Amino acid sequence: MARTNPAATAPAASAADYLPPDALRRLQLERLQRIVRRAWDRVDLFRTRMEARGLTPEAVGSLPDLAALPFTVKTDLRDTYPFGLFASPMSEVVRLHASSGTTGKPIVVAYTQGDLDVWTEAMVRTLAACGCHKGDVIQNAYGYGLFTGGLGAHYGAEALGATVIPTSGGQTDRQLMVLKDFGVTAICSTPSYFLHLMERAREMGIDLADLPLRVGIFGAEPWTDAMRIRIEAEGGIKAYDIYGLSEITGPGVASACAQQEGLHLFEDLFYPEIIDPETGHVVPEGQEGELVLTTLCKWAMPMIRYRTRDITSFITEPCGCGRTIRRIRRIARRTDDMFIVRGVNVFPSQVEAAILTVEGTLPHYQILLEQREGLDQMEVQIEVTRDVFSDKIRAMEDLQRNLAHALHSSIGIRAAVRLVEPHAIERSMGKARRVIDRRPQ
Amino acid sequence: MKIHQLSVFLENKPGRLGEPCQALADAGVTILTLSLAETNQFGILRLIVPDSEKGKAVLEQAGCVVNVTEVVATSVANRPGGLADILQVIEDAGINVEYMYAFSVRRQDRAVLVFRFDDPDAAIALLQAKGFHVVEPVQLLDQATE
Repeated sequence: MARTNPAATAPAASAADYLPPDALRRLQLERLQRIVRRAWDRVDLFRTRMEARGLTPEAVGSLPDLAALPFTVKTDLRDTYPFGLFASPMSEVVRLHASSGTTGKPIVVAYTQGDLDVWTEAMVRTLAACGCHKGDVIQNAYGYGLFTGGLGAHYGAEALGATVIPTSGGQTDRQLMVLKDFGVTAICSTPSYFLHLMERAREMGIDLADLPLRVGIFGAEPWTDAMRIRIEAEGGIKAYDIYGLSEITGPGVASACAQQEGLHLFEDLFYPEIIDPETGHVVPEGQEGELVLTTLCKWAMPMIRYRTRDITSFITEPCGCGRTIRRIRRIARRTDDMFIVRGVNVFPSQVEAAILTVEGTLPHYQILLEQREGLDQMEVQIEVTRDVFSDKIRAMEDLQRNLAHALHSSIGIRAAVRLVEPHAIERSMGKARRVIDRRPQ
Repeated sequence: MKIHQLSVFLENKPGRLGEPCQALADAGVTILTLSLAETNQFGILRLIVPDSEKGKAVLEQAGCVVNVTEVVATSVANRPGGLADILQVIEDAGINVEYMYAFSVRRQDRAVLVFRFDDPDAAIALLQAKGFHVVEPVQLLDQATE
């Protein structure tokens, strides 16, 4: 396939990446005032909080004024489950997605057709930043379904003008067959799944570097620069980091570019702030803190100052690619205890809820994370107490099976359950160490 | 009539079996019978000791999780067919056996069979009616020790 000049084939949507800074700020302010007004008119929780502070939408006269507005946090979505934060009537909501909540229930996110178009635009810009263009053959191995990854990347790739192959996740041998036989030039997946694909390709004697595959678009979980270098060397591709979260829209919130240093935030669509997680104050630009995002163009479920719990900082130097939209550093860590397994967000509290459902009480437990052949494995070790111990092997096996089933329902992925003896799990003086992460960092 | 058997949960790892046995030994508790049922990941150690209350306390002190189960011990002639005869009786009466284990007592040429029945009282009534010897806890101690 002839290589075309990426600049010549850049989609129209990407023009917004290069807006002159003052035009960008004017656009952001205009959109911010509009969305704050919309949330004030239509979202009870937001209006109540604004009124409690003696604020009205007029309070936002400039971008820094946003700092006076109340935050939105993940528990707000849990507390208003399922539709309490909607700003559009259901008749205008054309899509619902769901993602991991901190308890058994997921959090629900909604989109109008306009919201889907914005999301698609953000994904087009993401793919373009990752070096994809019209005519690329894109294999989408993000999971299709309630999670936003699959459909988000899918619509973006189609709108870009690529040929899209919706393989979704799993079925590795079939993924490799598609990769090899369909002339795939770019692939979307979690980074750990791609490692798994590479491993399997090696076993099958397929040399990925020989294939037309040029680009990997990897997100949904944290991964290191070391991992990127390894993927690029072995896969013969350029590997790009992308960032997103369902509460904001899904994938397409930020993306690496050809420079591969930090991720450009599509800040004309998602306005970023970085705050001190303890005090809530906005930190000086360049300093590390918690990323807070405001959806500037999201109608069905606007998010005003949503605390992502991801820790990062702005990169203040201009990027060599010429984009004026600011970059953030690779996400360093989180402020909460959430961890990610095979691209899925998991909270220890979800594990606790599952154990409680089965046993009625909460024994000591621990979550062990390991990586085998590139795939994340999660094991939950649960101490056997007098209440649940039975003299019958069958009853203990049933207990193990019921726990595994409850866990699967609660977190959405399969985790192994291991029953252990009392005191097998180390007691700690302070906060319990719920998660032992032995995966390579 | 019913014997109090102790059950201990063990992870299927080296050294786990030794710990409860050592704890009992250190406390001077004799083990009369022992059986170990295992799965891939864990096992259930079943023990009969002379004083089940004391045995339970010692094991719990050592950090084990312990159950007490009522089991029924019978004594049969130690010859081929000794087990088959009694099993036939139990089966004909439709009594469900959860598990069992056995050991020989050479001095008296008897075999002791330990059963966990779903309904131990019904089982004892049946066995006695059919002329089988149901072993009292104290007799078990006699039979097992020289």
